[in-house]
Parts: sequence; C-alpha cells; structure tokens
Amino acid sequence: MNILILLIQCLVLTLGVTTGFAYLTLFERRVLARLQNRVGPNRAGPAGVLQPVADAVKLFFKEDIIPSAADRWVYLIAPALAMIPAIIIWAVIPVGCWNIGGDYRACFDPALSGELNNVLQVADMNVAVLYLLAVTSVGVYGITLAGWASNNKYSMIGSIRSSAQLISYELALGLAVLGAVMIAGTLSMQEIVASQSGMWAMIPQFLGLVVFMVSATAEVVRAPFDLVEAEQELTGGYNTEYGSMKFALFFMAEYIKLIAVSAIAVTLFLGGWRFPGLETLGGIVAESSGPGMAAFVVGIVSLLSFLGKVAFFLFLAVWIRASWPRIRYDMLMDLGWKRLLPLGLVNVIMTAFVVVLIPNRWIHSILLFVLGIAILYATARYGQTVRPRSSIEFAPREPLPSTAVEQQSP
Amino acid sequence: MLGELFKGLRTTLRYMFEQPVTVQYPEVKRPVRERFRGKHELKRFANGLERCIGCSLCSAACPSDAILVVPAENDPENPTSPGERYAATYEINMLRCIFCGYCEDACPTNAIVLEHQYELSFYDRHTSIYTKDMLLVPPDQGHGEIPPILEQLGNKRPSPPAQIDL
Repeated sequence: MNILILLIQCLVLTLGVTTGFAYLTLFERRVLARLQNRVGPNRAGPAGVLQPVADAVKLFFKEDIIPSAADRWVYLIAPALAMIPAIIIWAVIPVGCWNIGGDYRACFDPALSGELNNVLQVADMNVAVLYLLAVTSVGVYGITLAGWASNNKYSMIGSIRSSAQLISYELALGLAVLGAVMIAGTLSMQEIVASQSGMWAMIPQFLGLVVFMVSATAEVVRAPFDLVEAEQELTGGYNTEYGSMKFALFFMAEYIKLIAVSAIAVTLFLGGWRFPGLETLGGIVAESSGPGMAAFVVGIVSLLSFLGKVAFFLFLAVWIRASWPRIRYDMLMDLGWKRLLPLGLVNVIMTAFVVVLIPNRWIHSILLFVLGIAILYATARYGQTVRPRSSIEFAPREPLPSTAVEQQSP
Repeated sequence: MLGELFKGLRTTLRYMFEQPVTVQYPEVKRPVRERFRGKHELKRFANGLERCIGCSLCSAACPSDAILVVPAENDPENPTSPGERYAATYEINMLRCIFCGYCEDACPTNAIVLEHQYELSFYDRHTSIYTKDMLLVPPDQGHGEIPPILEQLGNKRPSPPAQIDL
C-alpha cells in the first residue's frame, strides 16, 4: 500500500514537474515578450495555451540524428544523465503539507513530526540539503559527457565552459545553503520549513538569499550567466549536435533545474509552503469540518502558496533575462570566485557568531539582516574591480606642418 | 553598479504595462500609405467602358517584361472601351512584377493603377499570372469622363489608323 502511494506520488510529481516545464516555456515567452513590448506566442489555442503542445509535437516528429563520429552510447546516455538529476531533486522538496489521515498541526510543529505523513513530499530525508547539493552537482556529468560524446570542438568547448561555470558557482551555492541550515539547525527540508514559523529565513539570511539567487542563476545557466548557450556568439554550446527529443531533454533539464532552484530558494529562505495565517485557517476548518478536512485545506492552500512563491522567482528570472546583458567569461569567474565565495564565507562566519552569541531569535535575526544589508552595500559600493591600466603612453600628436597642407590643396 | 541594474529592471517593467507595438496581422491590418504600390487594377470610365485601349505601352515600359497585352478591334455597336481597340487579353505575371509603377506612368488613359492590395500569395506558378478579369474593377466603379479625342477615334473613323496618336 505504501509502495503504491509512493509510486503515485512519484508519477504525479514527475508529470507535474514536466508540465510545469512546458508551461514555464510559455510563461517565459509571453512575459519576455511583454517586457520587450511584444505580444509573444498567442496563436495556438486561446492566448497560446497550446503552444507547448505544438512545440512538443514538433520536437517528437523531428528526425533523430546521431552524428557518425559520435561516441554512440555516451551520446545517447548524456541527455538522460542531465535529465534524471533535474527530476530527482524534487523528491525531497516539500511542495506543500497535506498530512493525510492525521492532524494538520503536525506540519507546523517539528516535535510532532513523527506522526507526519505528508503526501506532498515524496521523501522527508534527514539529510535532504546534502542530497540536494549532491544531486545538483551530478547534473554536470550529463553536460560534460554530451560535449565529449558529440565529437565536435564547439560542443566540447561549450561543455568545458559549462562545467567550469557550474563547479565554480557550486561553492558559493553551498555556502549560501549552509547559512540557511545554520539558522534552521537541521538538514531536513520539512523541519527547515517548520523552523521558519513567524519569520522567514530571508530576514536573518538576506545576504545568504542574495548569494544563493546569484549563484543559482549561474548554476542553471540563465541570463545574465548564460555564456554556455550564448546564441549570438556560439552555435549552441554542449547541445549543438543534439536534435529532436534528445535536445528537448537538455532543454527540459535546464528549465526543470530553474524551477527546482526556485523551489529550493523558496523552501530555504521564503518559508516553503508557509503562508501567514495558514495555521489559523487550519484551526478554523478543523473546528467546523473536522481534522481530515483541515489537513486537506491546509494541504491545498500550502501547495498554492508554494507555487505562488515559486512563480515569483520564475518571474524574477524572466525579468532579469529581459533586462540585463550577458557578462563576460572572465567577469563571470571573477564574480564567482572573488565576490560570491567571500560573501558566502562572511555570511557563514557572521551567522555562526551571531547565532551563538545572541540566543534570542528575533534580535539575532534583525542584527543579521542589518549586517547583511551593510555588507552587500559595502561590496556594491567599494568592491569595484581594479581595471588593468595600460602601460602604453601615447605621445601627443604633432600638428601637421601647415605648408604641407597648403601644397596638397591647390 | 547596483543602481544601473535596477534601472534596467525598472525600464523593462515599465514596458510590461504598455500596449505592445505588435499589429495582430491577419485580424488587424495596418493601413498602407497613399502612394503604396500594390496589386494592379484596370480602371473604367464613369459610364462603365474600360479605360484600357490596348496600346501596349505598359508592356513596353515594363522593365521586367511582366505584362502581356493582346489588343483587339472594338465592336462599333457595343464597344468595350472608347477608341478603336481594347485589350482582349491583359495578363500580369506577379512573379515577374517588381511593382515599380512604370506601367502606371506609361498609360495614356490612366487605365492601370497600382492599388493598396498587397496579399498576393499563391500556391503555384500558374496562379501567379493575373488575368484581365482578376485585375478589372467592376463596371459600377468607373470614374471620369471619356476624353473627346477617344470619342472621335472610336466613333468617327471606322478604319484603324496606322498609329494611335493620343
């Protein structure tokens, strides 16, 4: 019975995430178009809602090409290696809290979590954050192998660039996550959400949130860090030699990872499925319609609240893509190693000191918030890169002899 | 640095609340300019007679040789056009036409005019040839009076002259 529920959960989650990807592409295209004073795809179905279906049909019917020089098996496996980690990230993310057959209060109280049977989370691991970091790193294999197996110089260069970028930004990402974990005091996603009662972790971890968002954007190679698929300069990066559904899998992996990092950011910093007044709502429904109904209502409302927060981050990603230019590769590495990594370290050290020295949750949160803003301001204000100064001195240009000019113009 | 980044975000967000510049083409058609050169029309006089007198000057003026005119004698009892002759066949190959408007300039009777219709797609080469009945305006849409010289040519001199001198 439990296995059956687990299978249904997995199926629904996978289908939901894939549908989410399909509609994210439509959302992105529509919103991007509006931000650029255009209309966007609005032909397939009412307001373009069937556009993802049309895209999928097109990709399915395209010819499936395997380059003759490609390493056949690696070439075929690489899209799956990119896709699987992107989907299994979702196993530990609580997309809501529907304590089926139990009390809704177990969602909010970590002490009662033993009797929690949340159907809106596939696996409540006690090391979920470590799992997340591990799985997001595994995705690099798909990209690297795709570039290598294509037996194409451009693909190879694209995949090397991509791997370098992902590995660089993983450090800052890990440090940012570490800050949130220190505030929550646990690695379990459910308990991290439960620990954010009253105040979301973005208050004490404001600096952490900023570092996380920047490095997560780089981690999922979105604009302005999308050098890997800089379509104006490169053919397409590591997926140049891929077509048809194999290309669609890479595309899907990228977008699902984008949704996943938004979901992780929501869970770690924005209180996950929490919503002000959710617990009160549960209490009201429990009084009027019984505990089962209360658990159901809390589940649905928490799911909607989670999706709303994720949609906010997705809009942010699209908005940034529409607004900011792509940064140069050396600036990318500079930002990753010289700014975000020190900022992440400072955040971890700062959080550790403040949390230990000031036990009161509210005081240390406000203090960390103020410190975070101050450090960010100082970095933006004084952290300019020193421009390399040219050592060449140009001699002042001598004026042309006036006689020569007169002779040339009779 | 951060200031500039937020300025960029603000700019794009402002555009989001503005009306998009896109024209939803098949439903909404933007009007063309007055002197736009689109599909040709063969005009008529106010009394319904065709303006084209089959002189083939348009065909001669056409730089891409897109126009074919085969003239024929008017029936004096029931003339198709004022003057002696009319265009029995009038065809424009729309694949060849470059919409330069030289035919319009060459026409002595203002019979051929490039109008504002620009949706000229077709599925095969044969349909690219627009025949006279596709180009000619309906009889009730004529305009202008017949110039006296054309009346004179059509009615008072029964035999065709060696050369039409308008």
